[in-house]
Amino acid sequence: MKVSNYIKNICVGVWHLGQGMYVTMLNFCRPKVTRQYPENRGEREYGARFRALLTMPHDAENRHRCIACGLCMNSCPNGTIRVIGRTETDPATGKPKKVLDRHLYNLGSCIFCGLCVAACPTGAIRFTNEFEHAVFTRERLLLQLNRPGSSQAPAPAPKPASPAREGAQAPGTATVTKTE
Amino acid sequence: MKEKMKNRFDWLAPEAVTEADGREVFTVPAERLPEAAAFLKESGYDFLVDMVGMDYGDRLGVVNYVARSENTADVVVLRSAVADRERPVMPSVGGVWEVARMYEREVHDYFGIRFAGNDDMRRLFLRASWNGYPLRKDYDASPEANPVPLENESLFDMDTVPVVETGPDGAEHTVLRPLYREEEYVINFGPQHPAMHGVLHLRVALDGEVVRSVDPHFGYIHRGVEKLCEGYTYPQILHLTDRLDYLSGTMNRHAFCLCCEKALQMDVPERAVVIRTIFDELTRIASHLLGWGSMCMDMGAVTAFMYGLRDREKIMDIFEETAGGRLMANYNVIGGVACDLHPDFRKRVKEFIPYMRKMLREHHMLYTANPIATGRMAGVGHLSRERAVALGVTGPSGRASGWANDQRKAEPYAAYGKVEFDQLLRTGGMTFDRYIIRLGEIEQSLRIIEQLIDNIPEGPCAEKVKGVIKLPEGDFFQRVENARGQFGVHITSRGDKTPYRVKFRSPSMVLVGALKDVAPGGKVADLIMLGGSFDYVIPCIDR
Amino acid sequence: MWSFERFTGWIDTSLHSCMGDGWALLTEYVLIGVAVLVAYALIALFLIYAERKICGFFQCRLGPNRVGKWGIFQSVADMVKILLKELVHIDRSDKVLFRMASFFVIIGSVCTFGALPFARGLQAIDFNVGVFYLLAVSSLGVVGILLAGWSSNSKYSMIGAMRSGAQLISYEISAGLSLMVIVVFSGTMQLSQIVAQQADGWFIFKGHLPACIAFLTYLIAGHAETNRGPFDMPEAESELTAGYHTEYSGIQFGFFYLAEYLNMFIVAAIATTMFLGGWQPLHVPGWDGFNHAMDCIPSFLWFFGKTCVCMFLAMWVRWSFPRLRIDQLLSLEWKILMPVCLLNLILMSVVVIL
Repeated sequence: MKVSNYIKNICVGVWHLGQGMYVTMLNFCRPKVTRQYPENRGEREYGARFRALLTMPHDAENRHRCIACGLCMNSCPNGTIRVIGRTETDPATGKPKKVLDRHLYNLGSCIFCGLCVAACPTGAIRFTNEFEHAVFTRERLLLQLNRPGSSQAPAPAPKPASPAREGAQAPGTATVTKTE
Repeated sequence: MKEKMKNRFDWLAPEAVTEADGREVFTVPAERLPEAAAFLKESGYDFLVDMVGMDYGDRLGVVNYVARSENTADVVVLRSAVADRERPVMPSVGGVWEVARMYEREVHDYFGIRFAGNDDMRRLFLRASWNGYPLRKDYDASPEANPVPLENESLFDMDTVPVVETGPDGAEHTVLRPLYREEEYVINFGPQHPAMHGVLHLRVALDGEVVRSVDPHFGYIHRGVEKLCEGYTYPQILHLTDRLDYLSGTMNRHAFCLCCEKALQMDVPERAVVIRTIFDELTRIASHLLGWGSMCMDMGAVTAFMYGLRDREKIMDIFEETAGGRLMANYNVIGGVACDLHPDFRKRVKEFIPYMRKMLREHHMLYTANPIATGRMAGVGHLSRERAVALGVTGPSGRASGWANDQRKAEPYAAYGKVEFDQLLRTGGMTFDRYIIRLGEIEQSLRIIEQLIDNIPEGPCAEKVKGVIKLPEGDFFQRVENARGQFGVHITSRGDKTPYRVKFRSPSMVLVGALKDVAPGGKVADLIMLGGSFDYVIPCIDR
Repeated sequence: MWSFERFTGWIDTSLHSCMGDGWALLTEYVLIGVAVLVAYALIALFLIYAERKICGFFQCRLGPNRVGKWGIFQSVADMVKILLKELVHIDRSDKVLFRMASFFVIIGSVCTFGALPFARGLQAIDFNVGVFYLLAVSSLGVVGILLAGWSSNSKYSMIGAMRSGAQLISYEISAGLSLMVIVVFSGTMQLSQIVAQQADGWFIFKGHLPACIAFLTYLIAGHAETNRGPFDMPEAESELTAGYHTEYSGIQFGFFYLAEYLNMFIVAAIATTMFLGGWQPLHVPGWDGFNHAMDCIPSFLWFFGKTCVCMFLAMWVRWSFPRLRIDQLLSLEWKILMPVCLLNLILMSVVVIL
């Protein structure tokens, strides 16, 4: 009895080992899952919502929507954003108005939580999925988001509605959104 | 039951028996804490969920959340405090609830309360030479108080255990006790080690190949999350929760959101509730796949690890598409979820379910039936149900010992009350049981997702919240079932926009604590495998 | 079938024609030494590449693919890197033994390598106790491993070396006993004769059941002797970081690494020689046309082809299974393999007597 058990155990063991080897051989013959990164630039679609780099979109006339309110700066947990504004007199109304001087963003300390985009009242900043951030010095991670010589768009458009730009909308916006 | 308990606590002043957040709260004087604890245990409250150290400003104290192991939803709170801020000493409840020994070390580390009767009063996270107790409100956080040390930490601090004893005259004094004998072969596993799942440091005393004792050291990835939370607003804290147990980030964030929503008495839209549940289950599958893979790798099967990662990548892709983050999904927000589902989400998840089922069959073929694997896992690393309760081992590891502690069943949150799934239980408590229960839970998670994916209600995906969120005054405690066990969030609010105190219950910490109990007697290879089967995540422990 | 003897004979006669006997012999020794070392290095490079590529394919990956087309120069690049690396010496290690250990390991495997019959007429030394020599020399490696573990002054290395000592010594018994089965069957220990006897059929076919069992047990025991998964306890990456060679760096580590791969080759080559007919082509009695076609394939291709099949098997096993625990490893040897081998030896003796 004991001897037959001994032999049976060996046979069952060998059978299961064979099954394991069958699985690895199956995967040996399957197409591979590796994606070859620098080569597949442009081929592979990265999720449009992927948070990789904070940007400030500018229109054709080099205008952005930032009103230098500083909400993004205040909502950032890490002090990644610094909004430097100045006060100007609005030529249209004659009242003093805050204008963006520099919007500084430290990519090195950003944790990509998306709170700044959620806080922005005018939709002036958004995350893009450009993820290739590697640089040689830390200083080059200090970015200025507004372009030189840019100005504020005259009438800050309301925040982009979700359904129209569903794919491009950066997450982190706790707004009431319509469903598709 | 409740009445009986109230009667038993009749020696307390009436204002010491209160109710907060729907739980009985007993506030006892420090010297009668062990007595109260013993009574609670007698009445069935044998599972110490969490111990929260508190600095009330004038007093220092602890808040114990205690549950019944039969029904982990039934929680009472036992509070106590001492007025002495210079040399605070409290009696230990480690004799009643064993897991308290570890929690007391944490409280000692953060608040400087020493526990008389606890046989190990080393600091848990910070080095022995650290000045001050960081979570006290009067803590000096200036860099000058704690300059970066330029020399190695002395082994003496690691190997010598201070114990606080109370002398016959009532005065307490500290006794130093060496941890190892001269002849013991002590070897360091970690903090840099291929099988330590992060920067855990185990000091292991060996006798040949046999493990004699295990002494875990934490703190190598200690970021002071709980201290940071005290300076953050509630929405800002959310992103720290993802970074605790990074493999169940979504669930941890869910816990914090639930806690805030409960405090704000806010209703979350039905759509968001279902989406959250689906995301939790996807995260659980991803975490279990990685847990399975790394356990296999700990046992030497590198190929299985790759297969686990390959399948997990599918989930990461789904996350990337909808939430915008792969590991740190940052998806749950207070009031709902950050953005609506991606139009392809449903299709991708529906493709994933049959794929995962097929791969699960392959994983079982490759590994579960493998005689080498079963030979190594069977009969090793036994953790009985009693020990699991005493050590607070929840999650798949606890359920493998036969302890039904699934928070999704005990206290259904989100959409778990509406779906059918089984709480898998095994009675063996061996390494193999913990292994097989994880793969079984993947199957259950798939079942939950299957039921929900076609029934996502229409509607908004988030409730509108105010720009500045202020929680009402009080203590709030919320648990969810993450991939490793019960993850708890305790928030003490004083009505400000930042919390007064935040404490996270880490399921991983108790798992490493259990290692101390389970590993001795096994071989080195078993110890490594145990680490894989408990599947702890170090950043969650160190916080 | 073309024999390398014509080529070696031509070298021999041309050397003798232009110098004295002593000098000619010396030149031949040097030539053989260089040839063996070059073959050793080239095979190791190829094996490292093959292992990484095959491992990648088993794991749904592509493996190395950056250095050259399909990464074929990857192991050359690795070799250059390893040669340029600093040799780190550990404080309070035993310096002499520490340096000696890697040489022991590599000498053990080079000596074994030199005695293999690679093709018809291509064998450096043909002892009349060839099998005995192979077993004896290949166990030099364990001395090196023990020395490495002891002299490193590291606890991981120490545990790894002790495991290794127990493992290698145990499995050598099974490996030796399995080879003895063939020695009993063929009645000789000389490798050239063993190969020659397999001209009309390989021993695995000719040797009845005992030879098949011996082949299996030899593959298992030989696999264990090479310290490769599932028997990689001495290294046990997830337990002991790298086991006995944790503290080695640069080319000293490279020696261990080379020796590991070459040992895999050697085990496969011995299995080929003893069981699969060495460099003999596959012959089926009665199928003359088929036999003739098989003869057209050069003998070294037969040898390397069979060896590659055995090595692929070893890699397949390595990348499929988890590691055994030390007590399971030893009980597998002492409770299963060795009794089976002994019984098998008796069985073979009975077969031979009948």
